[in-house]
Order: sequence, then C-alpha cells, then structure tokens
Amino acid sequence: MNAIIDIQGIYKKYKESEFFSVEDVNLQIKKGAFFGLLGPNGAGKTTLISLLCGLIKPTTGKILIEGKNYESFEKQIKQNIGVVPQEYALYPTLSAYENLLYFGSMYGLKGKELKKSIDYYLDYLGLKEHAHRSIQSFSGGMKRRVNLIAGILHNPSILFLDEPTVGVDLQSRLILVDLLKELHKKGTTIIYTSHHLHEVQELCETIAIIDKGKIFALGSSEELMEKTQTTNLEAAFLALTGVNLKEHE
Amino acid sequence: MTLRKEFLILFKDLGGLAVLFIMPVVLVIVVTLIQNNTYENITNQKMKVLVIDNDKEKVSQQVLDEITQSGSFEIIQSLDGVTQLDENRLQEEVIKGNYQLAIVIPPNLTSNIQKQIDNNVEQVLEAVVESSESSTAVESQSEQEVRLYFDPALQIAFREGIKSAIDKIVGRIENKFIYQAFAEQLDLPENSEFLEQKNLVVFNEIIPQEKELIVLPNAVQHNVPAWSLFAIFFIIVPFAMNLLKEKNQGTKVRLYTMPTNTFILWAGKIVTYLVICILQFYLILIVGRYVFPLIGLMPFMIGGQLLNLTILTLAVGLAAISIGVLFGTFAKTEEQSSPFGATFVVILAAVSGVWVPTFAMPIAMQYIAKLSPMNWGLEGYYTLLLRQGTLWQIKYEIILLLLFSSLMISIALWYDKKKRSL
Repeated sequence: MNAIIDIQGIYKKYKESEFFSVEDVNLQIKKGAFFGLLGPNGAGKTTLISLLCGLIKPTTGKILIEGKNYESFEKQIKQNIGVVPQEYALYPTLSAYENLLYFGSMYGLKGKELKKSIDYYLDYLGLKEHAHRSIQSFSGGMKRRVNLIAGILHNPSILFLDEPTVGVDLQSRLILVDLLKELHKKGTTIIYTSHHLHEVQELCETIAIIDKGKIFALGSSEELMEKTQTTNLEAAFLALTGVNLKEHE
Repeated sequence: MTLRKEFLILFKDLGGLAVLFIMPVVLVIVVTLIQNNTYENITNQKMKVLVIDNDKEKVSQQVLDEITQSGSFEIIQSLDGVTQLDENRLQEEVIKGNYQLAIVIPPNLTSNIQKQIDNNVEQVLEAVVESSESSTAVESQSEQEVRLYFDPALQIAFREGIKSAIDKIVGRIENKFIYQAFAEQLDLPENSEFLEQKNLVVFNEIIPQEKELIVLPNAVQHNVPAWSLFAIFFIIVPFAMNLLKEKNQGTKVRLYTMPTNTFILWAGKIVTYLVICILQFYLILIVGRYVFPLIGLMPFMIGGQLLNLTILTLAVGLAAISIGVLFGTFAKTEEQSSPFGATFVVILAAVSGVWVPTFAMPIAMQYIAKLSPMNWGLEGYYTLLLRQGTLWQIKYEIILLLLFSSLMISIALWYDKKKRSL
C-alpha cells in the first residue's frame, strides 16, 4: 500500500495519567484517503491527531508522514499538513481576513498568492461579505468555516480535522462537507474525527474505531456493519464500543 | 506578520491601550503632584497650632513670636470665643484631628528659666574669679516641661521635623538669655553686638555634578523615572494575559502545528511589547517635560540623556516582558495570572526603592532590593538623570537586566517545551 501516514506501534501516556491514552496503534493510511476516526469521548482520538500533527511526542513508537519523521523533518512535514482543531483557534478581536492573512503567512504564503487563496475560500464558504468583521461577532457556524479555511489556505497534502462540524447548523455543515469533498477530489488526504456518524459514513472510505486508546476495528463502513451484523454505522459503532457511558478522560 | 498581528490585537483593545498608556501617565502626574505638594506643605504652608500659654511672660512670648515668624505655623489661642482654653479641650481637638499640633507652656516658665540661667552664670563667673569662698547657695531648678500634643495620624518624620524646629527656637531663646545674664553680670551695655546672635556654622548644600549641566534633584526628577519604571513593569500583566489567551483560544496549538520557527513567534511578541515600553516611556517624558509646567510642577529635565535613557529603557522593558513570559507560560488561567502579576509588580516596586529609598530600608531588605531588576533600572535612571552619569557608568545595571531577561525567557521556554513533550 502507498501509505502517506505510517503509524508503527505507537504508545502515548501523559505524565499525570495512569493509563495509556493511545496504546499499541499500528495504522497505515493511503495517499488520497478520506479516513474517519471514530470513538466515544475520551477514547484517544484527539491524542492520536495531536501525535500525527507533531504537537506531542509518542512515549514509544514511530510515526512517518510521507516517509519522514518529526525528529528530523519537522518543518517539512508541517509545511505539508493542515490542521483544523476542535477549538475555534482564531484571534477573536481580529477580522476573518486578518486572521487568515496571519495564519497563511505562517505557512510562507504572501502577497497575491495568499490574498487569492483567502478570497477563494471566503467566497466558497459564503463569508466574503463578512471578511472584515471581527471574529467575535461571528456565529458558531461562521467561526467553524473560518477555522477550516485557516487550515487549508496553503493547499496541504494531508488535512487533519478534529470534529470540524461540531455545534454548527445544518447549512454550515453542508457547505463544510461540500468543501471537504472538493478537497478530497483534488487529492488531499483527509483524517477526520466526528461524532456525526452519518457524515462519517457518507464521507469516509476507511474508518477506524478507537476506544480506550486502542483501535478496535478498521475498515469501510460496509465492512464494519458486516463484521458487527448491523445495518448502519451507528449500530456498528455501539456494537463495537458498548452502550455504557464513556468518560475516560 | 507576527508584529503586525500583535499590534493589531493591541490597538483593537481600547481598554488595554488605556491601561498601557493613559494609566502610567495618570499615575506619574498624580504621584508627582502629591509628593510635590507634600513637600510644599511642609515648607510653605502654615500649620495651625493650638496654644495654651500659662506663662504669659518674656520667654513664652518670645517662643510664640519666633514660632509665628518662622512662617510655618499659625498660633491659635482661642476657640469658639473661649480665650482661656483648658488642656482637656486642647487634647480633644488634636485627637479629633482638627489640629495636628498643640503646645502647652507651663506657668512661671520665664521666671524659672531666668533663675536657672542667672544661677548658672553666677556660678561660672565666681569660678572664673576664684572667689568660691563667697559663693552663694545655688537653687537648682527642675526641668521645664513644654507639652506638645501631636495628631497620631501625623507621620513620624513630619513630627520629628516640628519638634526639631521648636527645639531650635527654644534653644536660641535660652542662648540669648544666657548672653544677657553674662552682660548684666559684667555690666556690659544691653545693646552689645554679641547679643545679636548669628549662627557660627552655616550649611552650604552642594550637589556634586561631574558635568557642567546641572539638573537639580526634586520631586519631578525623582518621580518621573521611578514611576515610569513602575508603569513599564506593569506590562507583565497584559503580556501574560496575551500568552494565556493564545493558550486558551487554541491559537497557540494551531501555531505549533505550523512550520514557523518558535523563536520568531516569541520574538514577534517581545519586540511588539518592547516598542510599547519605549512608547510608554517617551509619553511619560513628554508629559513630564511639557505638561508638568502647565499644572504647576517643575518641568522634567532630560539633561541630554535621551539616547542613554532609551537604551536603559529597552533593557528594563525586556526584563519586565521576560517576567510576563514566565508568568504567562506557568499560569493556567487568566484569573491566576492577572491578580498575581499586579500584586507582584507592587511588591517589586516596594522592595526596589520606588516608594521608599533603599538606604532607609532595614539591612536585610537592602540586600533583597539589590536582587530586584526594578532596583537595577531605578539605579540606572538615577545615575543618568540625577548624577549625570554615562552609559558606561550603568553598564552593570544593563548587563544584569539582560542576563535576568535571558534567564526568565530560558526558564519559560524550557517549561513550555517540557509541557508539550509530556
């Protein structure tokens, strides 16, 4: 397999924690994949994404992004990935345009190239008219859209999305999903976590179910349903992770 | 771009700007006005003094005349039409704070002093002419007690100053009586020249200056650098808040996923706030130079030291920012950082000699003051502004400030890196 992300025997234990947040994860994600990471709250999804983005280091194990590791090629890897965190991660007093100008420049974009990219995505996501309003005056859905643009301005080859549609209205979600499909069509590898199982089922070719830091199941939504003898992804998910409340972290 | 972003964030926060620029100016003006007026009160303004004169003779009259002539006091001997005040009423007025000082002159003060001086002079003269066999019995007089009632709220230094002034007046009168007694005993004419007392020792106050340009120390020259320093160090609070906001908003995490050098991110912030420090300082200098004379204060004299002051202020600003870096990195919430930062600056100012000169502090505190970056800055400013020093003369202060800044920033960066690698 032509793996763009190669995770080899990853363990992650936080200093203050008794348990591993990520335990013995081995995973290969092929180039151009739309990969879903599903799991209950505190299952280890955000920790795994943080490891893949180079925000934290694994306790043991190896992560290769496009065949490179963070120890030696941190800058090159970070130049080619885009990250959309769960929080809005924007400067609330600055306008959408000022935020994007700044974050785009952090990827080395400048001048016309940067402005063109900002204008394109603001227009795509229906924010052009609001470009010069401060973020603090935006609705949750508008903030989510700007949050996404900040992660894709530099056309990354891999895009990490940590629950990008949480807390947004249907209209905002549809437009966000539409853009993600567009990016995928253009060849961007997308690693996606969400609680919206229908969305995951619709978008992701491969899904990993993670709980208590371990990958429980891996496959397409059809394969997962077949494995659990269920008819939809939600039922498959519950069959794999159980119906009890999950509060690990 | 980081600089642009930081300036945009700062200039879009009007409340924050007011704290950064208006508050220091208000602080310097208010403190200088108060300190200047306090000084003027002591020297120029008359203090009302309640007096019960139970003597009503030559000495008490002369004491009261001299007190009046000193220009610092106004004698009050009757209240609400009552001319014969009693000591209880007098005490009551002082306790209530209506008067800060009251004097009770004992009865027969003049006659007793006169008797004592006459006896003493007579004894001295008898000893001189060696006629001890004909000496008369000396009647010893007990000490005369002039009672001074002070308002308990009056500061000790001020109280001591008043006591010293009254003591000086009484001493001069006693001397005059002694001379007069000698004159009488020796049958000298009453208008002899030596009875006109002049001080034998006079004080000439000289402030040593190395350069020809003389800048006289006054409340303005002391307060402008001291309170500018205090204001500059207050940048700890907004800087730490800025870091915490980035942490809590998630923008810091986003930035760490980007290929940017962490050094550039930090440098951008530090340079922005250094510019703010310099602007704060220049604003205070401008206010000191041009606004102070408009409100009755002396103009602040830079004395040709602008470049040296700017270099020192850069070092001071960096030290202040480095503490902000440390606080912002260690603190978890804005509620932790903000009150702690503000209290820390106030304590640092107290320890460093901004409020009370370090030489007036207990020995242990003097040693602690020497460890404070605010004290290094203050010494540097005083060397440049009051002692007309050179950049070379403040090299140790600048080196210490830079070393301190490097240490604080290094600790913060180490901690930040450690937290991320957990």
